[in-house]
Amino acid sequence: MTATPPTAIAPSGELLSVGSRHTLERSDFPRFLAALGTAGYRVVGPIVRDGAIVYGEIHQESDLPIGWTDRQEAGTYRLERRNDDALFGYAVGPQSWKKYLFPSRERLWTAHRTDGSFRVDAEPTDGPAFVFLGVRACELAAIAIQDRVFRSGGDPGYAARRARTLRVAVQCGVAGGTCFCASMGTGPAVGGDHDLALTELLGEGRHRFLVEVGSPAGASVLHSVPLRPASAPDLGAAGAVVARTSASMGRSMDLHQIRDLLVETPEHPRWASVAERCLSCANCTMACPTCFCHSTEEVPDLTGEHVERWRRWDSCFHSAFTELHGSPVRKSTPSRYRQWMTHKLATWYDQFDRSGCVGCGRCITWCPVGIDLTEEVAAIRAMPGVRTAAGGTGG
Amino acid sequence: MTAAARPKLGIFKFASCDGCQLTLLDCEDELLPVADRVEIADFREASSAVLDGPYDLALVEGSITTPGDAERIQAIRANARHLVTIGACATAGGIQALRNFADVREYTRVVYARPEYIRTVATSTAIGDHVPVDFELRGCPIQKGQLLEVITAFLGHRTPNVPTESVCVECKRRGTVCVLVARGTPCLGPVTQAGCGALCPSFDRGCYGCFGPQDSPNAPSLRGKLLELGMDPPAVHRIYRTFNANAPSFRAAAGATDVPAGGGP
Repeated sequence: MTATPPTAIAPSGELLSVGSRHTLERSDFPRFLAALGTAGYRVVGPIVRDGAIVYGEIHQESDLPIGWTDRQEAGTYRLERRNDDALFGYAVGPQSWKKYLFPSRERLWTAHRTDGSFRVDAEPTDGPAFVFLGVRACELAAIAIQDRVFRSGGDPGYAARRARTLRVAVQCGVAGGTCFCASMGTGPAVGGDHDLALTELLGEGRHRFLVEVGSPAGASVLHSVPLRPASAPDLGAAGAVVARTSASMGRSMDLHQIRDLLVETPEHPRWASVAERCLSCANCTMACPTCFCHSTEEVPDLTGEHVERWRRWDSCFHSAFTELHGSPVRKSTPSRYRQWMTHKLATWYDQFDRSGCVGCGRCITWCPVGIDLTEEVAAIRAMPGVRTAAGGTGG
Repeated sequence: MTAAARPKLGIFKFASCDGCQLTLLDCEDELLPVADRVEIADFREASSAVLDGPYDLALVEGSITTPGDAERIQAIRANARHLVTIGACATAGGIQALRNFADVREYTRVVYARPEYIRTVATSTAIGDHVPVDFELRGCPIQKGQLLEVITAFLGHRTPNVPTESVCVECKRRGTVCVLVARGTPCLGPVTQAGCGALCPSFDRGCYGCFGPQDSPNAPSLRGKLLELGMDPPAVHRIYRTFNANAPSFRAAAGATDVPAGGGP
């Protein structure tokens, strides 16, 4: 969408090559935001709304959650004031970027009855080009997972939206109480697969950002942005931010042989125990940035002459979602919770060669009764003897 | 289906506030297409013209609270090819089902000057407790999009697409921040069926359970959370004793604590 010059050069004369690192002063951040707008992007990023940091349109820097952070534990989330003016001083909120790339409701096509036949009109795939501002490492990993599902799966709407999106990552300066990306190997350091990566530096009385160029498209928006070459102390400070965040994760997940552990324990008593607490409300799957389950439905009008096909977020926690031949195959909550967790943490490896969990902690924070999958795995691991010889995930 | 043989739609009222059948009038833009497709044979909120049955589709609002109504619903069922209940009264007994947990004779003595003129039964019960029902549409009141879906589905000889998932799913789809997790507001969303579009949480209030229990409600687990959020047991009891008080899982969720005689929710 934006043309990339062969060599992008910052106003300072600096070469903006992929992998190059620069320092952006806090006072120049508005110029960075303006440059994104000038490049033709619609900027979406963190905003404070309804007692949480959610994703919405950013028109100016005051839209950002300046000086806010979040306190998260299993089943609770509270906004709190920081004692500084950090722009990205929070963990992740209730929403993820999937709301833009994989919208909760989307029309896929429309059909009309014609003389003796019918005509299908595909849904246009054009739309705004977004900048995702403030994408965390775990969220980059989540987008990569949904890319695998939808882009590789040939979904034209997703592929078009994704191709138009510029991702400005932020390396986390704080870990939430339910974060465990460090143990999942997905963060908090941004490890490629971004267009730009920022690290917010607040120390030594100077508020600034380390900017790493991740792609030519990322470089192309920096032409008009005042940057300096990153100094060794700034590079060191950015490394320290990531190390500190990594060391303060609220949770951790032991991945040792996790696939076999879960696949071989379909009759573990813990499934029944978690189901006593599980509300079958599907909040975990809706908040999860990788959960991609959906239903498609035909919506006819009253005349029967026109019909629309819509796709909406659905969940393996709904018995109707498991319906085959008029009857659900997973009738009970234990079977549905087991399906979700076993798929997410175990059989996902068989399907997609990696875990379906990125360690963002949303399913823990946003579970109304605070069910914690790291705790559930630990409980099953503590009693691994309860296995069946046959293996398999059961029904 | 040709215009010459439009299916007959009858709308029938039992103990209720009329709000659900008025949802049909509230359809406004869609009302004329509906009237084109069906012959509205009995809709006293809209017209005094009454056509005889049999009806292809009977929409029934309200609960059974009198001996006469218990007979009338049998006649309607016998005269209707498909019978769909609309709203919490017809589907679960409504707010008036609070009588099921109290002494109706005492109520009538308190309310009426001449209680001996009142012919009523001890309970308010759902239509489904009296006759077979082809589909139950939830809500207090019902949601007009779902009503149109039910009518369209019966015209098209298919099952209505009315999800039985939780209200939470609607909050998440519309991007509403969870009031229970982010504010500590008691909310029945996790045990309540979707359909309203998660109206109350979008105005920063907890769900009141107007659409009754979702497909797999776990009220005992939510109870623990409601108590943790500061509700006392009588308050948890009262939050379930509203429009769907007599829906089995809400009835159970209200627990053993009983409303003191003469005291409603």
